[in-house]
Amino acid sequence: METSALSSIDIESTLDAMAAALSNQLAAAGITRPLVVGIHSGGVWIAEALFKRLRLTEPMGTLDISFYRDDFTRIGMHPEVKPSDLPLSVEERHIILVDDVLHTGRTIRAALNEIFDFGRPASVRLVTLVERGGRELPIEPNVVGIRLMLSADQHIKLTGPSPLKLSMTAAPHNAEEPDSGV
Amino acid sequence: MSEPVPPAHRWGSLQKTANLQLGPNGRLRHFLTLEGLPRTILEQILDTAQSLVGVTDRTVKKLPLLRGKTIVNLFFEPSTRTRTTFELAAKRLSADVLTMNISASATKKGETLLDTLRNLEAMHVDMFVVRHADSGAAHFIARHAAPHISVLNAGDGRHAHPTQAMLDMFTIRHHKGEFHRLRVAIVGDILHSRVARSQIHALNILGTGEVRVIAPKTLLPSCPESLGVQVYHNIDEGLRDVDVVIMLRLQRERMGSALLPSGHEYFQLYGLTEDRLSLAQPDVMVMHPGPINRGVEMDSQVADGPHSVILQQVSFGIAVRMAVMSLAMRSSEAIARDLPA
Repeated sequence: METSALSSIDIESTLDAMAAALSNQLAAAGITRPLVVGIHSGGVWIAEALFKRLRLTEPMGTLDISFYRDDFTRIGMHPEVKPSDLPLSVEERHIILVDDVLHTGRTIRAALNEIFDFGRPASVRLVTLVERGGRELPIEPNVVGIRLMLSADQHIKLTGPSPLKLSMTAAPHNAEEPDSGV
Repeated sequence: MSEPVPPAHRWGSLQKTANLQLGPNGRLRHFLTLEGLPRTILEQILDTAQSLVGVTDRTVKKLPLLRGKTIVNLFFEPSTRTRTTFELAAKRLSADVLTMNISASATKKGETLLDTLRNLEAMHVDMFVVRHADSGAAHFIARHAAPHISVLNAGDGRHAHPTQAMLDMFTIRHHKGEFHRLRVAIVGDILHSRVARSQIHALNILGTGEVRVIAPKTLLPSCPESLGVQVYHNIDEGLRDVDVVIMLRLQRERMGSALLPSGHEYFQLYGLTEDRLSLAQPDVMVMHPGPINRGVEMDSQVADGPHSVILQQVSFGIAVRMAVMSLAMRSSEAIARDLPA
């Protein structure tokens, strides 16, 4: 995967296509009032973009999964944590969980655990801008913007919120972490 | 206090504590005093606590972060509030927690501090929370504990009570935002107060505009200005235009030792009343580490009044202690790095 190929991706039209696909899925399932929840930081930006396109009115939620990571014992506390904020009860609600890059699946595992500590949702759908292979857990997205095949030592990062841009990075998100699957 | 702490570990040699508190990567390792800690560490504690405040509103009031870790509260000195909030903080983080009131058990049988420590280490403990009547006790334990153990100071003698000071900083930041614009007055027994000492360090590290202490001469250390504070002996002058008033608890045992007049006379001279509070800024906030002696340090109307944030301090105390526990808990990589190759 070359850096030039990444920067040529039109994220705005990708988001349009994702919103359309999500809208169809929700209609088919008869879901009218989904609750959108973005994972900090990139997932929140993507969630906001989809939120606007789907013309939803109820407040959006955000999750910081630092307190639910599975590598705490090994690497300790993530140095920057943002508050998780779920403005509405998740009880019996249909959740649209949004992240920027789906890699190992560990972030999503942590996010699901966190959501269930807020209550018992009716269903959870997963939407990600990028799906890059390398899964270590049985987690698959319902809606994907772009599928990339990357080798284990290649890492991509979303910068934003405006403009949203994908770029290659030498190391994972946080230099202190070995590949954390974020 | 029956428990001997070697004199070498008392006041004089505590200056080096800051190095002991940070690991080679600059992360928190032990939390013993605020003196010498960088501002970034204090801000990281406050920011992490901010993310933890909301946990109590969830269906499940618990995070899995310290699951499988064992925390032992070593309380060599009695305490209710600090002990229960540390215990609750550990439980909210899913740690296994055990509280030992040691004055009532081992030391009565003649066991030394180090023997107690070694015995607990053998039970595979990951963190000690230490409260002791002698200054330097937590520091002593941190110095002698096995490398995988982190130590938090829950109050040592007259030296420091860093988590109390951090929960006070959290409460101030919650209501007032930036510290550089603020005038903060600390009123009462500065001399004997580990809380005041830690608060003064914290306020100065965070760049507070002006820190004042208000106390009679008998309740001030010999060179109070060296702590980086403005000294007032008259409370009416000292309270003028302040944004925050922190009242200290008056330890009744100090009365009658010639340092203090009666409680009634102290209240006349230094008690916080609504009239006196009106000299401060209109949106002044009133704090107290508890427990309050009503009618000695402050009027009940002030303690229960609209400016008081005293009960909020208690709830924030849990989040701040959760933050310190999460940040100081040793990771397996950090332990491996510290062990000799």
